[in-house]
Amino acid sequence: MIPDLTVRVGAALLYIILAPLVGGLVVGIDRKVTARMQGRVGPPVLQPFYDVLKLFEKENLVVATAQNYYVLSYLVFMAVAGALFFSGGDMLLVIFAFTLSHIFLVLGAYNSFSPYSHIGAERELIQIIAYEPMIILTAVGMYMVTKTFYVGEIATSTIPIIMYLPGIFIGYLIVLTIKLRKSPFDLSTSHHAHQEIVKGVTTDFTGPNLAIIEISHWYEYVFLLGVVYLFFAFNPFIAIAAIIVAYFVEILIDNTTSRVKWQLTLRTAWIIAGTLCLVNLGVLYYLQGVLTL
Amino acid sequence: MNELLFLIAFPLLIAVLLLLVPRDSIRDVLVTGSAAVLGIVSLYVLYGYFNRNTVMFDIPTEPWGNVMTIIELLLAVYILYLGVKHRKSFTIALIVLQAGLLLWYEFFLKPGMHPENNLFIDQFSIIMALIIGIIGSLICVFALGYMKTFHHHHPEVRDRRNLFFFILFVFLSAMFGLVFANNLAWILFFWEITTICSFILIGYSETEEATNNAFLALSMNLLGGVAFVGALIFLAITDPSGKSLMLDYLLSSGQAIALVPAVLISFAGITKSALMPFSSWLVGAMVAPTPVSALLHSSTMVKAGVYIIVRFAPVLSGTIEGLIIALVGGVTFLLASFIAISQTNAKKVLAYSTIANLGLIVACAGVGTFNLVWVAILLIVFHAVAKSLLFLCVGTVEHRIGSRNIEDMSGLIGRMPKIAVMMFVGMAGMFLAPFGMVISKWAAIEAFIQSPFGLIFIAILAFGGSATVFYWSKWMGKIISVTRQPEVVENSVTKEKWAVLYILTALVIICALIFPLISAVLIEPFVMNIYGQTTLLPLANLTIMILMMGLLLFMPFTMLLYRTAPKHTGPYMAGRPTDGHAFAGSIGISREVVLSNYYMDRYFGEDKIFMIGAATGWGLLLFAGTLLVGVIL
Repeated sequence: MIPDLTVRVGAALLYIILAPLVGGLVVGIDRKVTARMQGRVGPPVLQPFYDVLKLFEKENLVVATAQNYYVLSYLVFMAVAGALFFSGGDMLLVIFAFTLSHIFLVLGAYNSFSPYSHIGAERELIQIIAYEPMIILTAVGMYMVTKTFYVGEIATSTIPIIMYLPGIFIGYLIVLTIKLRKSPFDLSTSHHAHQEIVKGVTTDFTGPNLAIIEISHWYEYVFLLGVVYLFFAFNPFIAIAAIIVAYFVEILIDNTTSRVKWQLTLRTAWIIAGTLCLVNLGVLYYLQGVLTL
Repeated sequence: MNELLFLIAFPLLIAVLLLLVPRDSIRDVLVTGSAAVLGIVSLYVLYGYFNRNTVMFDIPTEPWGNVMTIIELLLAVYILYLGVKHRKSFTIALIVLQAGLLLWYEFFLKPGMHPENNLFIDQFSIIMALIIGIIGSLICVFALGYMKTFHHHHPEVRDRRNLFFFILFVFLSAMFGLVFANNLAWILFFWEITTICSFILIGYSETEEATNNAFLALSMNLLGGVAFVGALIFLAITDPSGKSLMLDYLLSSGQAIALVPAVLISFAGITKSALMPFSSWLVGAMVAPTPVSALLHSSTMVKAGVYIIVRFAPVLSGTIEGLIIALVGGVTFLLASFIAISQTNAKKVLAYSTIANLGLIVACAGVGTFNLVWVAILLIVFHAVAKSLLFLCVGTVEHRIGSRNIEDMSGLIGRMPKIAVMMFVGMAGMFLAPFGMVISKWAAIEAFIQSPFGLIFIAILAFGGSATVFYWSKWMGKIISVTRQPEVVENSVTKEKWAVLYILTALVIICALIFPLISAVLIEPFVMNIYGQTTLLPLANLTIMILMMGLLLFMPFTMLLYRTAPKHTGPYMAGRPTDGHAFAGSIGISREVVLSNYYMDRYFGEDKIFMIGAATGWGLLLFAGTLLVGVIL
């Protein structure tokens, strides 16, 4: 069952405090591994934290005052989504809060009326519509296996979810590439210095605002990897290993592919990942009578 | 009982007065006053009946039944005359067919029937009455100022405002009648009145386009009307006592008797709520003055269509016919959402968004489990509030900037700050958590997953829902982008328009905050009454939703932190700082920046996708028709 209120609030607070640290560390390791793959030494693992601290020291330069509001809302609702997730809340509610937070980022980019931000915003929106159905279908798949939308109950379920949802897992990995802003789907802005339309969606953010966006990304990373955990929740050790492997694969893909156009991104996400998810769900639905779930 | 009769008769009386009143000032007082009365009386109905489940009223069938017949025949003659005048052979054929069937029914089948309990009220009727009485009358008040400006901008259009307001109030009266009537023959009467009202309103400007679109709407709705009459005749033949003409009796008499009329009436509902393949009439209806669109889309007309389908949901539930109707709705939701992506015309985007949401409501009603009926009613409420606000905002914007193109709305936040914020709230109401439509989408996913073939609908919801996010967000982005030195042009908006807009904006937010209350007081008892079980909202999720709403409302205040602090600069223009929104080129040339949204016409073009939708829709409907013939034989 759902753990009692104090445990839930505690987990949410723990997430809000610890997620930026974990997320920042993940990004630091990511940069190190990426550098090694490219034959460089790479920055220190703690470099992302140095970057953000430095950004906070800079002057708050904006095109429009409202940018501050959008960026802050992006951070707040990303934290809310993640906190709901880690406190064992309803997965669908988590997804809607997650989308809400991204809409704020997009609006912030539209706000400045610059060509680069504008293209970034449009592309970010395309990415949102590319990944959102898959994440919803992931939640639906988990419901079909565990009969619950509550993350708390899914995480404590002893069913090896991955055995029932291999198609959905692959579909999720495809959209994870989009969400982690990695090649070949880093359309709106990319995390590393790949090919880039200036800096896409973040072009007109500087100083503290850019730092807030960065911290929001860290929150997001921890949440996204948390979903990977759920697939393997029957065994925490396997789950941790799966997260590491999945992330490594994402880095590898990032460094071996080049960016594609938005059309191909949308097609890959909707047609390939979508078909995988739907076929998986269809088979599961068909077998529901046979398997005793 | 008197409240109900008052709600039907009072707008009719006001309508007649409005037809006779020549002066603007008297009309203003009449419309505003009666709008207030209608709003208060519908709230009084809520107060009086919310805890009494279904209450029946025994109104004598005659002479009202005969009066209705005479009016219907007169209207048929009127339409026949117009059809001949404008040479619309299809309309003529339909009206002749319908009138013939009606005459057969009236003279050969109806005598001998003694229906009782012609009026009734239950929680669903109360909800509909509130929507009509509050939102419908607010739109009428807004129309006062709007029509003045409209005729000022369009001197070529004949000033027939007497007729216009007459029809608006007849429309409201007919809608009240429709949701309170228990006798199917009476429902049909009010149904036909709404068809003709919308026909006249769409054709108001008397241009060729308006006339054609009005006839398109008329023909499609008459087609539905024929199916409705067919249902009446079927019932009269199978049960000569006339008892099964009573909605309550019919709904409780089981699928063996009720399925055929349910499907026929649902077909009528599909035409009225403009699902594919009939969506073109609602898109065409946007030639009418904007308050008409607001009325058609939010509180009347299309809502009558989904109202009747939701009524029949328990009959449709679990049948193949019901599943097909649900699929028509589902396909409409998906494809209309796609089409909305490719539209630059603001009213068209709103129209397709309405069609999509109606599709979703029908999808819920067609599958018809108790959870889904709960969702369908919730969708009706949220959609009515947010959509009326959006239409009225777009109408106001159109009069001030002279365009309804979304591309021309860039930087609206600077030019019309208050209207822009209201549009922002309305759009958020349509697709963002924790506002209404997302609550419904969420509940719909949870409900579909437990119903047969629910997976198809979940896939439709997931993909269609993300298309929805796309077209609203890019429009929002357009409004809030900050252009240079905007000039404020919203000061000429009159006070009563502001009042209407403020109330509707507040309603969008209030509905999202108090929806658990609406659900507990009205929707849950209604569903409980029919199905014997009801949707119960988990308290923890409700608390979270309301906290999120609080946070969302609080966030704008963080702007106060930055009132003086941040330093402003121009946007990034390829590294060369310029004055404002221009690129600095070589030899002193500067190029102004023009930004346009993505519309992806190649992928989501209207023609292509509508073709797919129409083909699928007709295919499904023909399949349902074949099944129905099988059942009848």
